[in-house]
Amino acid sequence: MAAGFLQRERIVAPPGWSRWLIPPAALSIHLAIGQAYAWTAFKTALTATVMAGNPNAGVLTALPFQLAIVMLGLSAAVFGTKVDSNGPRWAMVIASACFVTGFLISALGVATGQYWLVVLGYGGVGGIGLGIGYISPVSTLIKWFPDRPGLSTGIAIMGFGGGALIATPLTNQLLAAFGGTAKGAAGAPGVALTFLTMGLIYLVFMAMGWLLIRVPADGWTPAGWTRPAPGAKVLGSANVSARNAIRTPQFWLLWIVLCFNVTAGIGILERAQDIWKDFFPGTLGAAALTAAAGGFAAMLSLTNSAGRIIWSTTSDLVGRKNMYRFYLGVGALLYLTVLLMTNTNRVVFLICAMLILSFYGAGFATVPAYLRDLFGTYQVGAIHGRLLTAWSVAGVLGPLIVNAIADQRIAAGVAGPGRYTTAFVIMIVLLVVGFVANELIRPVAEKYHEKTAGPAEKAGAQA
Amino acid sequence: MSAQDTAPASGGRVAITVVAWLWVLIPFAYGLYQLIIKIPGLFGG
Repeated sequence: MAAGFLQRERIVAPPGWSRWLIPPAALSIHLAIGQAYAWTAFKTALTATVMAGNPNAGVLTALPFQLAIVMLGLSAAVFGTKVDSNGPRWAMVIASACFVTGFLISALGVATGQYWLVVLGYGGVGGIGLGIGYISPVSTLIKWFPDRPGLSTGIAIMGFGGGALIATPLTNQLLAAFGGTAKGAAGAPGVALTFLTMGLIYLVFMAMGWLLIRVPADGWTPAGWTRPAPGAKVLGSANVSARNAIRTPQFWLLWIVLCFNVTAGIGILERAQDIWKDFFPGTLGAAALTAAAGGFAAMLSLTNSAGRIIWSTTSDLVGRKNMYRFYLGVGALLYLTVLLMTNTNRVVFLICAMLILSFYGAGFATVPAYLRDLFGTYQVGAIHGRLLTAWSVAGVLGPLIVNAIADQRIAAGVAGPGRYTTAFVIMIVLLVVGFVANELIRPVAEKYHEKTAGPAEKAGAQA
Repeated sequence: MSAQDTAPASGGRVAITVVAWLWVLIPFAYGLYQLIIKIPGLFGG
């Protein structure tokens, strides 16, 4: 009975079901798992309480987040095919269970002083929830919105960016309310209660996603849209399995495009506050400078989220390849502008950084539609899962480039924008390489297409 | 038990859609507000 509830057959939409119920279902999952980007709030609390006095506190408290991002990429790649075959409700329930269990194990770990439980719980178990949850609604959205795949996946993936906007103030307020801001062992029960409460909040919040999610009935199409005939030479009509997709050059070219686009954005995002302080120390006092740097980081978060929906929606009009030309080509020019103008014009710097971050977010949001264009809807969720390994690599590469080089320059006595010159030159090179990779992407050869069924039949067969 | 649900009536459908969107938009608006109030700091506010 319980398994039946999760089966794909149970969630085939009845006639009259509004497809506009699918984006909020997807958002309830993505807004929750986007909490991962707000880990810093827990990191600060753990450093001051259970890790107080530990000389390796910085590294140890970063571990749960790092493991979670690695597990995100791995679980998306490993379970992608299962997500496609079992359907989105199964995936959302598993994702919710893993994500929430991660919080509960972490609460237990903090309460009992067993920090390894926090690493294993939040990073390991919760990280699996991140990966499955991230890809769970994507192929369903593409099938409900074949006329606007960029818009639909943009909404969901904007949710992942928006998750941190919610979780950061929520975590801080819960920590303050439960006494988790107290220093030393006295604050540990408050941190444990915060983990527990957030787990329960997400349990309820994510339930809306798996209750509401539906897959379109076989042969369903939105009004005014005609499904391409099998074998038609139009975007999205290919029919490529995940197994075959990774054998195509298109997959690996797109992997490079995503990896380098993310690397270019994540480097600046991860060190945003320090970058602002180094570029514009000005005559402000320490408190005002910290507030200004915080405002800069907030602006970047905002454009990171906004870019996901704005640019991804635009891709429905101008095409995916053109959008990535824009992200990568203009992104390289923006980095060049920052390099040439350094800190001579605050407004130009701000606009460049905001646009770079909007392209970073948009790269994530547009890629599912790009995959659909190239490989069709047959196993697009599984292919997306495998592509997300590019994110795991970029998550290490971007901060490594910016931080390692900046730290080296600081040690050499370099001050101001000069600390970032080499890192930004590397970013330009990566973006140019990504641009070339995008130029090399061509339609997938027919030998990789599935022969057994046309897209019309397969699209309804799995979601 | 039938293999699939029946679609709610028109009024119910609108209500579900409104509740579903409010479910996600209200927390998002809260997060957005918390973010926006930090931005004036960038301009010395």
